[in-house]
Amino acid sequence: MYAYDELDRTLINERVEEFRDQVKRRLSGELTEDEFKMLRLQNGVYLQLHAYMFRVAIPYGTLSSQQLRRLAHVARRYDRGYGHFTTRQNIQFNWIKLAELPDALADLAEVGIHAMQTSGNNTRNVTSDQWAGVAPGEIEDPRIWSELLRQYTTLHPEFSFLPRKFKFAITASAHDRAAIKIHDIGLRLHKNAQGETGFEVLVGGGLGRTPFIAKTIKPFVHGRDLLSYVEAILRVYNQYGRRDNIYKARIKILVHELGIEKFAAEVEEEWRAMGDSALTLDDAVIEEVRSRFSYPIYEKLPHMPEELKKAAHDGVFERWRRNSVFTHKVQGYAIVTLSLKPVGGPPGDATADQMDAVADLADKYSFGEIRVGHEQNLALPHVAKRDLPALFKALDRIGLATPNVNLISDIIACPGLDYCSLANARSIPIAQELTRRFASPETAELIGRLHINISGCINACGHHHVGHIGILGVEKNGEEFYQITIGGRADENAELGVLIGPAVPFGEVADVIEDIVEAYLALRERPDELFVDTVKRLGVEPFRERVYATR
Amino acid sequence: MPLVKNGKIATDIFVHVPDGAELPGDGAILVSAARFLEDREALLRRPGNLGVIWPNNRDVDDLVPWLDRLAAVALVFPTFRDGRAYSQARLLRERHGYEGELRATGQVLRDQFVFMLRAGFDTLEAKKQSDVEAFAVTAKRYSVFYQPTGDGRLTALNRRLQQRHSESAASE
Amino acid sequence: MTSPLEQKIRITGPSIVTANRTFDGAVIYRNASQGWSTELAEAAIVRTVAEARALLAESVADDIGAVGAYIAPVDINDGGAIKPGNLRELIRLRGVTIELPVPA
Repeated sequence: MYAYDELDRTLINERVEEFRDQVKRRLSGELTEDEFKMLRLQNGVYLQLHAYMFRVAIPYGTLSSQQLRRLAHVARRYDRGYGHFTTRQNIQFNWIKLAELPDALADLAEVGIHAMQTSGNNTRNVTSDQWAGVAPGEIEDPRIWSELLRQYTTLHPEFSFLPRKFKFAITASAHDRAAIKIHDIGLRLHKNAQGETGFEVLVGGGLGRTPFIAKTIKPFVHGRDLLSYVEAILRVYNQYGRRDNIYKARIKILVHELGIEKFAAEVEEEWRAMGDSALTLDDAVIEEVRSRFSYPIYEKLPHMPEELKKAAHDGVFERWRRNSVFTHKVQGYAIVTLSLKPVGGPPGDATADQMDAVADLADKYSFGEIRVGHEQNLALPHVAKRDLPALFKALDRIGLATPNVNLISDIIACPGLDYCSLANARSIPIAQELTRRFASPETAELIGRLHINISGCINACGHHHVGHIGILGVEKNGEEFYQITIGGRADENAELGVLIGPAVPFGEVADVIEDIVEAYLALRERPDELFVDTVKRLGVEPFRERVYATR
Repeated sequence: MPLVKNGKIATDIFVHVPDGAELPGDGAILVSAARFLEDREALLRRPGNLGVIWPNNRDVDDLVPWLDRLAAVALVFPTFRDGRAYSQARLLRERHGYEGELRATGQVLRDQFVFMLRAGFDTLEAKKQSDVEAFAVTAKRYSVFYQPTGDGRLTALNRRLQQRHSESAASE
Repeated sequence: MTSPLEQKIRITGPSIVTANRTFDGAVIYRNASQGWSTELAEAAIVRTVAEARALLAESVADDIGAVGAYIAPVDINDGGAIKPGNLRELIRLRGVTIELPVPA
C-alpha cells in the first residue's frame, strides 16, 4: 500500500477546489458546456443515457479498507447504493449529480482517492497486475514504478490535451495479467544482464475501431530513464498524433502510419535531444517512493494448516478453494479472488453493503488491503491459508464466493446500452443470460478456462477483441445484433479474435455460445486443452460450421 | 484583447499585422510565420520589436535560428483542447533557451493558465476579460507539482528528498 | 466534435428534442413553451427538418439548463400518446432493462 503524504493530499485537495469552482461556473453559465466538457472529463465525469457517470481512479488497482469504505459511502450518499468495477481497475458510479460531485470528490479526497484524468484526452490510470507484490515469481513490485508514472503523468502541463486518451499498463510477471499489449504504452519489467531493473517498452496497442497489438519500441529502457523515455514518446505523440479525426487520433494510428522503426527513431531522436534530463530517476528518488509502500509483516506459517485439512471434506468449500484461491509468494498465504460475477448478476458490480463487508474482511484477513483486477473482480492479496474456511463462509454470505473465476461465467462486460450513450446494444443482459446457461459449476469446470468479453459498441470497453470469445453489440435496422469472434487473447501472447460469421440477434446469442462450447468439447484433444488453444490448433472453420449450420 | 503579462494585467504593446497589410513604421508588431519566413530580412531590419505567430502544426526548429532576434513568439491554441503549443513552448524555453516573450493565443481560458505558465508562457492573450481578472487567484490554485518543467518549481519528489536531508541533518 | 446544429438532421417520422439536465443529468424533453420537461408526454413534436432544426437550435441555446440536446424519434400510438421511438429512448425513459443491484 502506498501512503500518500501531505504533498499528494494537498494536490488532490487543490484539484477538488479547482473543480468545485469549475462546476460553479458551469452552473452559473459562466462556462459553456463546450468549455466545460473537457474539464469535467478530466475529473472523470461522463454524461450517460440517464445521468452523469463518475469514474474514480484506483491507481494500479490497490485499495485500503478505509478507501473501500469511502467508496461505499459515495455509493450510498451520492448514488444508488452500488458501483461498477471497470476493465481499467477503476470504479464507476452511474447516477451522480454534477452539482454534488465536488462534495463527493471532497469526501474521497479525505482518504486519498481522486478522479483525476480518468477520462479526457490525457494520460489515464496506470494499471498493473492485480497480484503485484504477492505473485510468486514476480521480478519486483511493479507498483513502485506505477506510482512513479502516476505522479509523473498527473496534471502534466505539456500532456493534458493530447490528441486522444492515453493508457499505460505495467507487468512484472511472466504471465501478463495487466494486458500490456493492448495499451498505448505497455511496460514489461525485467532485469538486464547486470541485474538492473528496466522495461521492455511497447507502444501502440489499443482496441476500438482499429485494434492493434502493441509493438516493442525498445527492448530495455533502464529504470532511471523510464520517465524521460516516456516523455519522449508523449512529446512525439502530442505533436504528430492526428487531430483531424477522433477515430484516427490514438498513438496506435501514428505508430501504424509511420511504421514502428520510424516511430522509434523519432522517439530516440527526441530522447537524445533531451540530454541530461531532470526526469532521470536516481536511486534516492526511487527509494523514496519505494519506502512509502508498506508491506505486511507476514507470519511464518505452515504450507498446510490444520484448518485447511479439516475443511477438505467440505465439497463446496473445496470447489471454491480450487477455483478462487491462488498461490502466494509467501508460504502459508494465499491470494483470494472475489468473483463479482454471480449467476444472473451484472458483471463487475458491488453494492455498498458488499463493499463495506469486503473492507471488514480485508481488515480481518488481508492486512487491510484489497485489489481490483481488470477482469472486474476483486482480490484479497494477503490471506493466511488457515483463514480460508472462515473467509469462504463470510464471502458466501455476501454473495462474493461464486467459484467461477477464469471460467466461462466470469464474463468481462462493459455497461452497454443500459447505461452508456455510446452503445449500440446492451451487454449486461447478454452476460446475465450466459451466466444462467452456464450456472452449473460442474459444467463450467468441465469447460475450463474460457474468457468471454462483451462490448456494447466498437469502442470495445469490454475488450471483446481479445476475448477467447468476443461479443460485439451492433445495431441493424433498430435491432440489437451481435458479432462473435473467437481465439483472442489479452496476455503475453496477445492476439485479436477472428469473426466467425454474420451477426446474430439478441435472442440467439446465448444459443450461439452454447454451440461454440459444444463444438469445443467435441473437438478438444484432451480435457485440459483450453478453448483458446483448440481454436488456435483448428482455426475458426469448425466452429463457424457448427454455429451457422442451422442459421 | 485582454492580456496578462508576467503575472499582471497589461496593455498589449504588440500590434497583430495581418498578412498583406502594411507594416507600421515603428512599434512592436506580430506577424504570421509565413510573412516572417518570406520577408525575414526586411522585418528584422525594421525599427521596433518583432514577434512571430508560429502555427501549432509546424516544428519550432524552423524558427530557432532567429530566436535571439525576436522580441516575442506567439503560439496558438486553435481550441483549448489542442495541446500542441505546450510542447512547442517547452521546447523553445528549455531546449532552445528562448528568453523573449512567449505568448499564448487562440482559445486561451482561465482553466489552462497554470499549465501555460508551467510550460513557459509568460504572456496570455485571454479570451475573456473575466479570466484575466481572475488570473491572480487562478495562478495560485496549485502549490504541488509532480513534474519538472523549465519553470523552476521544485517537484514533489525533490521536496521530499530535501525534507529527508534536512531531517537527517537535523538529527545528526 | 460536430455541433448538434451542424449535424445532418434526418426526420423519418414524428420526432422530439431530448437532452440531459445540466445540474443532475436527468433525462429531459423539450416542450412547446421554450422549456424542458421530464415527462415525455409534454414533449413538443416536430415533423419536418425545418421544425426540428428550429427546436434544436432553441434547445441548444439553453446551455445552462441542458446538455447534449439531440433529435430523437417517437411513435404516436392510436390514443395519441407519445412513446419512445427506439430502444435507446425507451431505456432513457424507463431506466435500465436489468434489475439494479440495489432495488430503487
